[in-house]
Amino acid sequence: MEQMLHVSSNPHVRDRMTTSRIMQLVALALLPTTLFGIWNFGFHALLVVLVSVASSVFFEWIYEKLMHKPITIDDFSAVVTGLLLGLNMPPAIPLWVPVLGTFFAIIVVKQLFGGLGQNFMNPALAGRCFLLISFAGLMTDFGVDNYSGVVDTVSGATAMAALKNQGFTSDSISVWNLFLGNVQGTIGETSALAILIGAVILLAFKIISPRVPLTYIGSLSVIVIIYMLATGMGFNVGYLFTHIFGGGLMLGAWFMATDYVTTPITPKGQILYGCCLGFLTAMFRLFGGSAEGVSYAIIFCNLLVPLIEKVTRPTAFGKGGKKA
Amino acid sequence: MAFLTFKGGIHPYDGKELSKNSPIESYQPQGEMVYPLSQHIGAPATPLVKKGDHVLVGQKIAEAGGFVSAPVHASVSGKVKTIEKRLTATGTMADAIIIENDQQYEETEFIPADPDTLTKEEILSRIREGGVVGMGGAGFPTQVKLSPKEPEKIDHVLVNGAECEPYLTSDYRRMLEEPEVVIGGLEIILKLFPKAKGCICIEDNKPDCIEKMTELTKNHPNIEVKTLKTKYPQGGERVLIYAVTGREINSTMLPADVGCVVDNIDTVAAVYHAVKEGRPLIDRIVTVTGDAIRKPKNFTVRTGTNMRELIEAAGGLTDPVTKVISGGPMMGFALYSLDVPCVKTTSAFLCLEKDPVAEAKATACINCGRCVSVCPGHVIPARLATFAERGDMESFQKYDGMECCECGCCSYICPAKRPLTQSIKSMRKMVLASRRKK
Repeated sequence: MEQMLHVSSNPHVRDRMTTSRIMQLVALALLPTTLFGIWNFGFHALLVVLVSVASSVFFEWIYEKLMHKPITIDDFSAVVTGLLLGLNMPPAIPLWVPVLGTFFAIIVVKQLFGGLGQNFMNPALAGRCFLLISFAGLMTDFGVDNYSGVVDTVSGATAMAALKNQGFTSDSISVWNLFLGNVQGTIGETSALAILIGAVILLAFKIISPRVPLTYIGSLSVIVIIYMLATGMGFNVGYLFTHIFGGGLMLGAWFMATDYVTTPITPKGQILYGCCLGFLTAMFRLFGGSAEGVSYAIIFCNLLVPLIEKVTRPTAFGKGGKKA
Repeated sequence: MAFLTFKGGIHPYDGKELSKNSPIESYQPQGEMVYPLSQHIGAPATPLVKKGDHVLVGQKIAEAGGFVSAPVHASVSGKVKTIEKRLTATGTMADAIIIENDQQYEETEFIPADPDTLTKEEILSRIREGGVVGMGGAGFPTQVKLSPKEPEKIDHVLVNGAECEPYLTSDYRRMLEEPEVVIGGLEIILKLFPKAKGCICIEDNKPDCIEKMTELTKNHPNIEVKTLKTKYPQGGERVLIYAVTGREINSTMLPADVGCVVDNIDTVAAVYHAVKEGRPLIDRIVTVTGDAIRKPKNFTVRTGTNMRELIEAAGGLTDPVTKVISGGPMMGFALYSLDVPCVKTTSAFLCLEKDPVAEAKATACINCGRCVSVCPGHVIPARLATFAERGDMESFQKYDGMECCECGCCSYICPAKRPLTQSIKSMRKMVLASRRKK
């Protein structure tokens, strides 16, 4: 009897990239900003990140175990969610907060809606917004007293909070410091440089397309410029760059607005989505009550994704000019 | 220099180095020969012989069964053993004429002709009588393709030498070893369309073919060599037309609707033999390759030859072999038995040690959009596959599911290893079947 041959539908070859490898590369790309945050804010920041990742993976595992579903923690998606949530925590946060956050992210937002690929919002950001609403005080406490980090940051307020409360003055944090990241903020959002190194990794491995981040940052810049001119402030490069490098924009634009599951699948849709994000973030920041707007803008636009996809369906090859 | 191409596509491992330097060898079959009556799209051919008849090489053994059909010719001399159902390379059982090869290779008389003195009708009739069909895979009867409603509107005759399927090297060897035959065949086709320009389209991974063809066609004002970017599925009919002419056709249109005729390299060579030499289509070039083949080779194979013999002639299979494919890895058919005949549309037998499809476990779609970015049909494979899995025929058609050309790029690229092409293909079959019922 000759050996059995495999039979399957075409194609018979597959690309090497897998979901798990993509997630590992995203985690790798997050490493520069993670390490910078730990260096900047000290040992407690490391604990926050570790607890966040560990609890995220644990919740995914225990839910799937109890529900008798296949265990999918080896796809690394829970690691990425936990890491992102950890990076969105103020460095001195009590450790039970990220645990609660990952519970909400993994169990409520991700698993209850069907697991990987089915969540309608970015789990890490939904977790963060849940915490922001529930524990506003803890989540916005950037007091300097508890830090053991090496950076001697002067002000207790973040760049965005200072911009909101005092406006752009000569006392404002320098754009150069904002770019490097030795300023106050959540663990992973402060260094635009470290985030951009991660972004280069994502682009080099073709994990993301630059469509969403560039249209996001671009449209936000346009609105900030219009705002500057319309309010008589005059064009101020420092103010513009504070908006670009300050707050959660860099981390949000490159790592969270690009989350596959909650981003339109169509190329045109990604551009429209990026513009919506830029518009909403600018509105929240310039006119809203809170200093920050990235997280809310992203989870709000997540909800628009099905609509955006509907109106940006590509024209099939050879069907141009004709109605299908 | 920017080469001609299209939007989308993939760059799989091409495996061509295994067989590209092996010159074409002629293989003489040993055992019985199997001639399926359906080696083409359209009505099956009707047998002209019966059990016990003695046939000669080149003798017509089955007549075309309709307008869209093609006759079948014997490729050996010998005795008709029987007519019965046999397994074919597409995995189906089909009626076939079985001939016992007497190893004498007695030929019928082939009547040569000078293409310059033939009328268009005579050229078409010689192509039809020669049983020529599209040898790139689809097997569409060539003379039907060459008889469009408005022949005067054809301004491009494209010879498809892209050979974008990984591993395949038969067109490459043909262009290198018998370029005159290809050019001769193209000249014959151009006689049917005097206003048309002939374009020999070759991917830039075959610079030696491009150079040779350019050299040989420099005194042919109506023939041009077009260099295409190496990318799968560059040789797909629709994307090829787009790359060369910038014109787009959808699934409901024919190339002739945008003034184009597309024929594969081997088909054009078969046209040359049929028209000029009166020799019907009884052999073709087949690449026998893959990492499970000891000595990958390119053979001239008589149609009807058993595949097991060919594999033995290429040094046999290594151990282990898990997958044997008729055709290339992207669009070929996986076989469960080696006892299938080589037919007019068999371009290759690919034998692989490993089966990446079985090793890959399908996981949840993460909406990454890779399938959208590679799809040459500009549809959303992930959504179409979901509609297909749900059996939602209406949404499937609304989202242009019928525009899929089944090239396989989406399944190839999917990081979640979802069988997108398979789901979409099944749904397309169901839609076509339901349309026929109406």
